[in-house]
Amino acid sequence: MRVIIPGASGAIARKVAVRLAGEGHEVIGVDRRPWPDAPIEFHEVDVRKRGAEEVFRHARPEVVVHMATVTSLVMPGEERTQINLGGTRAVFEYSRAYGVQHCIFVGRHTFYGAGPDSPLFHLEDEPPLALDLFPELADLVAADLFAATALWRSPQLATTVLRACYTLGTTGHGTLAGFIRGKHVPMVMGFDPLFQFLHEDDLVEAIVRTIDRRPRGVFNVAGPQPLPLSYIVREAARTPVPVPEFILERLIGRFGFPTLPKGALTHIKFPVVVDGNAFREATGFEHRHGEIDTIATFRHAFPRPA
Amino acid sequence: MRRGSLRGILGLLDLRIDKEVRNRVDRLALPFDALGLDPFGISRKHLRIALTALATLYRHYFSVETRGVGHVPTRGRAMLVGNHSGGVAIDGAMVIASCLLEMDPPRLAQGMVEKFIGRLPFLGEWASRTGQLTGLPEHAERLLEAERLLMVFPEGARGTAKLYRERNSLVEFGSGFVRLALKTRAPIVPFAVLGGGESFPTIANAYKLGRILGVPYVPLVAYGLPIPLPAKIEIQYAAPLMFSGTGNEDDEMVFGYVDKVKETIARMLTAGARRRRGEPEGREGERASAVLPSPGLARPGG
Repeated sequence: MRVIIPGASGAIARKVAVRLAGEGHEVIGVDRRPWPDAPIEFHEVDVRKRGAEEVFRHARPEVVVHMATVTSLVMPGEERTQINLGGTRAVFEYSRAYGVQHCIFVGRHTFYGAGPDSPLFHLEDEPPLALDLFPELADLVAADLFAATALWRSPQLATTVLRACYTLGTTGHGTLAGFIRGKHVPMVMGFDPLFQFLHEDDLVEAIVRTIDRRPRGVFNVAGPQPLPLSYIVREAARTPVPVPEFILERLIGRFGFPTLPKGALTHIKFPVVVDGNAFREATGFEHRHGEIDTIATFRHAFPRPA
Repeated sequence: MRRGSLRGILGLLDLRIDKEVRNRVDRLALPFDALGLDPFGISRKHLRIALTALATLYRHYFSVETRGVGHVPTRGRAMLVGNHSGGVAIDGAMVIASCLLEMDPPRLAQGMVEKFIGRLPFLGEWASRTGQLTGLPEHAERLLEAERLLMVFPEGARGTAKLYRERNSLVEFGSGFVRLALKTRAPIVPFAVLGGGESFPTIANAYKLGRILGVPYVPLVAYGLPIPLPAKIEIQYAAPLMFSGTGNEDDEMVFGYVDKVKETIARMLTAGARRRRGEPEGREGERASAVLPSPGLARPGG
């Protein structure tokens, strides 16, 4: 099959592209970020620009795997909203216009938001919570919900919205991996929320399965059981540093502490944990890497900094 | 250095873990992974520490006496439903201790914690590490579906707010627990806790102060310090009640079941209160005088 991957230069997207190409699919990458020596056909162009539409028009892909969204940790400011919402809109417009059969939006489990009274193991039919605490998440939530409107707007297009939990693996990319990269990992004193993550290769597998099985609808993608953040940090051979919240708020972005939007603190105080059973049933997906094994992969690739 | 000192404290706590508690926590039929964590975030390490503390209170401070623990199913889903006794959560804590210390094999009773707890540092963390999840219908249902032992206080925060003179009475029960039991086909094991009122003799509740502190209310006691006194606490379990249905029945029918559970608890409270006064306990089936007359038919929903 011919597959276009908007956002192909991302760490996980590259793995998806290589894996699909290895299975004999014709893979075309689109990204405004370069991918030097890409082993697939690659177009360095913004997905919202005419050049990207030209790729769709010319290639007429059967499948689109939309991975061109960014978090507020990677890109603060107005442009993120344009990328996440404008880009998603463009991808679905091209998909409709050029006869795509299956469009997959690869979103995030942080859709549900973190708050003191949000339940563990969110189901797909739950609305997002606590957006007021973390407004920087709003554009990704909107992109997720917008993507799902294709389910009724374009019934001829099979649409799958994936809400994947954090990933850990050999690339060191991603929200959780970035957060625990350093020797010391700040935590909010007195809080140790459950974090849910899966091995990068398992997420790649989940996306490939989605292409094979073509399930319509919204699905959480989860791997092994969640772990409290402090356990993840210690298993990764890092040191958790509990800091009282009012101090941590002031330290963010200074003295070597990571730069985070204020709202991100709620995500290290309260858990976002999803129920991935619907996806497992729809696709037969099973994660191959357990929670300890997954952290070990990260630890071997990124040993504790000296 | 911080790490060293923390480790040191944990190590010290570890040395003081009660042997029987350790043994019983290790026998819990929960799906712990190699790190000692279950999918809900319950930690074996935290359980050992917390339950050592609770066991000490259970045995020596409140000298808890548990009756009828054989009524609690040793495996599979079940819902413990009882009265609130005492202005702070010693009732729930002692029920957890009784299921761990008196049952064979031991079980972990998992309560539904008031939402404000989750906002508080440390308290929220320890609640979740010991399986006491935020009181949400989603959590209750998921725990039962996972064949856990759920502990429910249908009086809610109104129940812990009972004053000393109201200690052996019951306030309005919600009906959500019966609907959930019907939906999940879980047996209800009624239990009564006595003595919490003597241990924590609330004379008044400061609601305004509570709002400032971010809690529902602050219970006030005559002797000032909000610390429970070492009054003897009794826990009595009754035979499981199994209602059949779907959980979508009319309120009228559901409240009939609620009343059945409530009467069972009230009867145990009345008999227990007599026993504590040294009077004969009264015959089985005698009208339960502890049930407060309900004002008309109006009941809160949910």
